[in-house]
Amino acid sequence: MIDVFNQIFSGLSIASILLLISLGLAIIYGTVGVINLAHGEFVMLGAYAVWFLESQFGLGLYPCLVLSFFIVGALGWLVERLVIRRLYGRVLDTILATWGLGVILQQAVRLSAGAELRYVKMPEKLSQAVSVFGIDVSSYRLFVLGIAILLLAVTYLLIFRTAFGMRLRGVVQNPEIARCFGVNTSQIYALTFAYGAGLAGVAGALVSPLKSVSPDMGTGYVVDAFMVVVVGGVQSLLGTVASAGILGELSGGLAYLSNDTIAKALVFLGVVVLIRFRPQGLFALRVRRG
Amino acid sequence: MGNITRRHLLQGAAGAAGAVAAGFPHIWIKNADLAQAAGGNIKVGVLYSLTGTTAIIETSLNQATMMAIEEINAAGGVNGRKLVPVVEDPASDPATFAEKARKLVIGEKCVSVFGSYTSASRKAVLPVFERYHNLYWYPTLYEGRECSKNVIYTGAVPNQQQRDFVPWLLKTFGKKFYLIGSNYIYPKEENNVCKILLKKYGGEVVGEEYVPLGHSEFSSVIEKFKSTGPNVIFSTVVGDSVVALHRQYKAAGLDPAKMPMASLTTSEEEVRAMGGEFAAGHFTSAPYFMSYDSPENTKFVAAFRKKYGKDAVTNFVSEPAYFQVYLFAQAAAKLAGSDLTPPTIRKAAWGQEFKAPEGLVKIDGENSHTYLWPKIGEAQTSGQFKIIQQSSEWVKPDPYWAYPGQVCTPDGMVERKS
Repeated sequence: MIDVFNQIFSGLSIASILLLISLGLAIIYGTVGVINLAHGEFVMLGAYAVWFLESQFGLGLYPCLVLSFFIVGALGWLVERLVIRRLYGRVLDTILATWGLGVILQQAVRLSAGAELRYVKMPEKLSQAVSVFGIDVSSYRLFVLGIAILLLAVTYLLIFRTAFGMRLRGVVQNPEIARCFGVNTSQIYALTFAYGAGLAGVAGALVSPLKSVSPDMGTGYVVDAFMVVVVGGVQSLLGTVASAGILGELSGGLAYLSNDTIAKALVFLGVVVLIRFRPQGLFALRVRRG
Repeated sequence: MGNITRRHLLQGAAGAAGAVAAGFPHIWIKNADLAQAAGGNIKVGVLYSLTGTTAIIETSLNQATMMAIEEINAAGGVNGRKLVPVVEDPASDPATFAEKARKLVIGEKCVSVFGSYTSASRKAVLPVFERYHNLYWYPTLYEGRECSKNVIYTGAVPNQQQRDFVPWLLKTFGKKFYLIGSNYIYPKEENNVCKILLKKYGGEVVGEEYVPLGHSEFSSVIEKFKSTGPNVIFSTVVGDSVVALHRQYKAAGLDPAKMPMASLTTSEEEVRAMGGEFAAGHFTSAPYFMSYDSPENTKFVAAFRKKYGKDAVTNFVSEPAYFQVYLFAQAAAKLAGSDLTPPTIRKAAWGQEFKAPEGLVKIDGENSHTYLWPKIGEAQTSGQFKIIQQSSEWVKPDPYWAYPGQVCTPDGMVERKS
């Protein structure tokens, strides 16, 4: 029984990391309609932001979480203004442009910060295990889970309970009509892109003490993030959450029963079969695209 | 259409011409002979990636090699002849390794090339060295089970890393082992050896698992550690995965005093990236640690830091990259200038001894691997290893240890004894 609880928690922990890295992508993809292949590099930049702030200014992880949101968010805003804005409605071009951007960011970090793995400190208080319901769980993983839920709640409130969110939903449903009602769609796009990038930055900051920090770390994350978004259904916050949960528990459970290599292959196979029969994902909203 | 056909024909003809030219390797070797006899200096190739995924570690190999070449030249060179390094960057890509190796061997006519970190890159250059009868000096510990006439291996093979390590772990911590490695040939061969030793000394394998290269999510693996309760986690995980595994191990509340990780691949470089607090209490077996106390090592570390900065780290791959240049120079010094060719250098290298930072090493005259001094180190929070135990004698390399009946002979052949 202990094993089962352990396994559920371990799946939940994988799910929380998946949710963190895919939340920003889901918002950018769902709202702005851009397939952002540089998303993994935004995650990587978040991790590097922590490393930089920690090694240069001696900041701890907590202030770094907030700062990395704003740093990577600002960069996202810049990218939207300079590149993405010129490519709306040209999906294939944005794929190429964001992929190129990802390569540039990766090499820029390699050239400036160096290619070696970087060390990010784990907060002392969170580096031990705690006992929850009779099982030992990593307190850092609990913390990650907590932050994931917090960011999810913030995002939900932002979209469904604020004036900005209302405009955002209007733009998603029909940009032309929204514009007729005086909504500044260009600004909404830029802010949403920045918000999505900022979330990726926080995700990178959060995983950095648990995993390794290197210039090419984003490559793996972008694949996971797309998998979650595709399975969950584009534009659906609920879908992203459910899909992160399912994929997390599934890959955790399969890895426990067999091994990580087979688990990865089986999960991919499952996703391929799923999108063959349900290309819109599990929880697709029915909306018109402008 | 006609155009395309013609182009194909031309390509085919060019390919055939290339194959014919390549079929007469002795032409090239003659040229190499002449070049060496005429020039006063000795050209050697240096083939480590300075860019790409394995650039960090390979840069340290390049640095150690260049330092040795400079030292040898400063001390008067080889019988008064200077070593001239020709540096190429194969960019962590096996195909580029082969291309650059061809350039060094055919174009630059180097009499030996020092290079490679990964087994994949070594396998990629082998055909070049075999076809042109040149000599490759490979410094990395590797999985063994290779026997080439054209390679001098100065890194450890499984029997050297494990012969003392596995029995010591069994005696100190208990008999239940969990084998975890990255999913490629090196961990699988090492684990073969480990399983044979465990069988011999009454150990037991409670789990064996391979994770994809670059894997960074170890929660399921750690669950399995918890549920199977091994006494030792025998790790051959490589690269960034090492960092993720150690961090998640500690975060999950596991205790190195009860269930230590015993690694063949965790060096000072990996410890620096993960942070000493995550490595402390785990063990590594290798012939060299930066903290090893010997006059040769003190000199080596001081020179390395003087040249590459006070934070520079030496490790169990850069040390062989350093001493193998000296072994090469000693072999070359034995030969008169006129017959300085790769095959004669190889012959002269057999039995060469050198007082390396790890101790006195020797190239075996049969399998061209190297006698080394295995040590067991315990990682400290400082990022260095404390040496717990060291072999009382050098250990003979046996690349086919796990395959009874097979031996590597001087002809570069594997012989099967019935």
